[in-house]
Amino acid sequence: MIKAQSVTKKYSGKLALDNINLDIPKGSIYGLLGPNGAGKTSFIRIMNQITAPDSGEVMFDGKVLKPADIGRIGYLPEERGLYKKMKVGEQVLYLARLKGLSTSEARQRARNWFERLEMNDWWEKKVEDLSKGMAQKVQFVTTVLHEPELLIFDEPFTGFDPINTNLIKNEIKRLNKDGATVIFSTHRMESVEEICDHIGLINHGQVMVEGPLLDIRKHYQNGSYAFTTKSAMSHWEGVEIVDQAPGHLGVKTIVLSEHYPASIITSLASNGELVGFEEVLPSVGEVFIDIVKNGAK
Amino acid sequence: MNPILLIIEREFLSRVRKKSFLVITILGPLLFAAMMIVPGLLASMPEDNKRIIVLDEPSILLPHEGKKQYQLSYLNPKEYDLESAKAEFQESDYDALMYIPSGEGWDPDFIKDNVLVFGKEDVSFDMEGYLEYLLEDQINKQKLLMQGVDPEVVAQSKTQVNIKGFKLSKESHEAETSATPLKMGLGYFAGTFIYIFIFFYAVQVMRGVIEEKSSRIVEVIISSVRPYQLMMGKILGIGAVGVLQFAIWVLLSSGIYVLVSQFLFADLFEAAAAGPAAGINPQDIAGFEIFDMLRSINFPLIISGFIFFFFGGYFLYSALFAAVGSAVDQETETQQFMLPVTVPMIIALVTATNVIQDPNGPLAFWLSMIPLTSPITMMIRLPFGIPLWEVGLSVVILIATFFAVVGLAAKIYRVGILMYGKKITWKELIKWLRY
Repeated sequence: MIKAQSVTKKYSGKLALDNINLDIPKGSIYGLLGPNGAGKTSFIRIMNQITAPDSGEVMFDGKVLKPADIGRIGYLPEERGLYKKMKVGEQVLYLARLKGLSTSEARQRARNWFERLEMNDWWEKKVEDLSKGMAQKVQFVTTVLHEPELLIFDEPFTGFDPINTNLIKNEIKRLNKDGATVIFSTHRMESVEEICDHIGLINHGQVMVEGPLLDIRKHYQNGSYAFTTKSAMSHWEGVEIVDQAPGHLGVKTIVLSEHYPASIITSLASNGELVGFEEVLPSVGEVFIDIVKNGAK
Repeated sequence: MNPILLIIEREFLSRVRKKSFLVITILGPLLFAAMMIVPGLLASMPEDNKRIIVLDEPSILLPHEGKKQYQLSYLNPKEYDLESAKAEFQESDYDALMYIPSGEGWDPDFIKDNVLVFGKEDVSFDMEGYLEYLLEDQINKQKLLMQGVDPEVVAQSKTQVNIKGFKLSKESHEAETSATPLKMGLGYFAGTFIYIFIFFYAVQVMRGVIEEKSSRIVEVIISSVRPYQLMMGKILGIGAVGVLQFAIWVLLSSGIYVLVSQFLFADLFEAAAAGPAAGINPQDIAGFEIFDMLRSINFPLIISGFIFFFFGGYFLYSALFAAVGSAVDQETETQQFMLPVTVPMIIALVTATNVIQDPNGPLAFWLSMIPLTSPITMMIRLPFGIPLWEVGLSVVILIATFFAVVGLAAKIYRVGILMYGKKITWKELIKWLRY
């Protein structure tokens, strides 16, 4: 859906994006991850054509990104808000018309969404009279109303209350199922692990790693395995016990091993001690720390 | 629909629908009409006559009775001194007591510095002025007599010169009545009005920008439209509000003025209308002179100039104010940028008197060329009839500056609206121009 080719952006001499190449597949839920100041927002603003790259180009659905494409993108910025003095309905229509919808079409769709999210009697209310959670729902509706093919959420769950977070997660999954490509940008890596299928890790304006989430986690497998045994595991040749804690099925022991610990599994299984075994995949956060410390593999 | 039109529509409707718009639009002409009518009303009110009692020891004023507004009566200097006169005054219903001491001998130079006036309330400037005038007149006469000069002779030798101003235009070779007072009024009015309009509406543009920034909606908007479109839409939309308001004001003000002058001052107008019928030479009536003056003013030039400088000034300043608004997070932070932006306008207004006194002098010329002051200064000068090339040059400079400033303002705006929580300096702003 989005292909960034050698995109570079400088702000008064400081490199915000350094020759970035990213490939965001159509239909994916893509996590754009990285610490604060890594360049995520800079890249998002380029996709939204708020700023232009100094060099390189961004392809949108196979063609160079052009101004008319803004109608196909829905964007929920990190710094978000609404006109406080404007009525909810009026505001939703205004923002939809700015995206190129006709008034009647915008009204029709807005009514449907208001119905769905149980906001029907908010239409005539002023935004300043809404609670924070209500305003967040309105904001979400304005982002998706024009049925964009690409949805971009910048730090979507900061400031959203847990009920709305859940509601919106589900709506986003539904939109994705209906064909929309979704980009999440966040510095809280654990928060998107459960919904993203692809990720791109950015740091200091450079892409550290990119690809399907599971592949990356497997790639960064660091020899960590978890045994669950009836009684506590003692020392074994060739492995290092990192952590040991009793659980309700037995004692869980995390070990580090250079090779797949086949011999241990066989011997534990043969004397009936073994309850469970799994390969431990690193979390995205752990992958990131690994990369920052040791460089990309 | 073109996004810029959508933005104009929103800016316009969201302001026009506000209650405060209705209030200002209705109160404006009422205040304006009041400004024109109240002085006339006050002047036509019956005067409040004051009675002054005088203890005139040197008998210098006696037996002058003053005038209707300030009537003088006298205490016998043989029966009263200052203290008893004060006591008498306290008991009486007189409004003021004047004490003229004779001092040692009969020395006018002593008298002139030692006259005292006591009032039951504060003594008004007007009363003080009148009494001073009376005393000066009498003391002058006395001094002349002491020198052996007959005051009558002096009075007869006094001459007052009245110069009539004419303008000899090249085209007609006919002398026209000079309409300087009318031109002054017209120029001053137009200049002041442009100043108020620019300030009022350009600040609204700035507020609108700050509102969008502080409510954080701006990034949502500029992911749909270009920052430049948002800025221009705002400027045009608010300008349209101004035009509507101005149009309503003109209609309402003139409506109120006509109504009031018909009913309140009906007799005054009748008197003026009866003039010619009573066989009075039309030339002698002030009204005809005004008519002559009006004819000597180039109204098409002034009106088109007014419209041009009105919008030119508004666009120029509102672009600057939009840039200022984009650079700050809250309105309270705007001061450091506001001052340099508003100083030129204030200079133009403060120098208005100098410009009127010498509408073709170097100060007037340069201020009407500099685009930040020209909308005001040129409007002040226009009624006096200035060379067309000067008007043309000023217009060209203003238009050129407008495009340059909008370009620069848009650059600052584009960066500024996305910049939060940073104290912006001038140095920073200049850096933004190169982003």
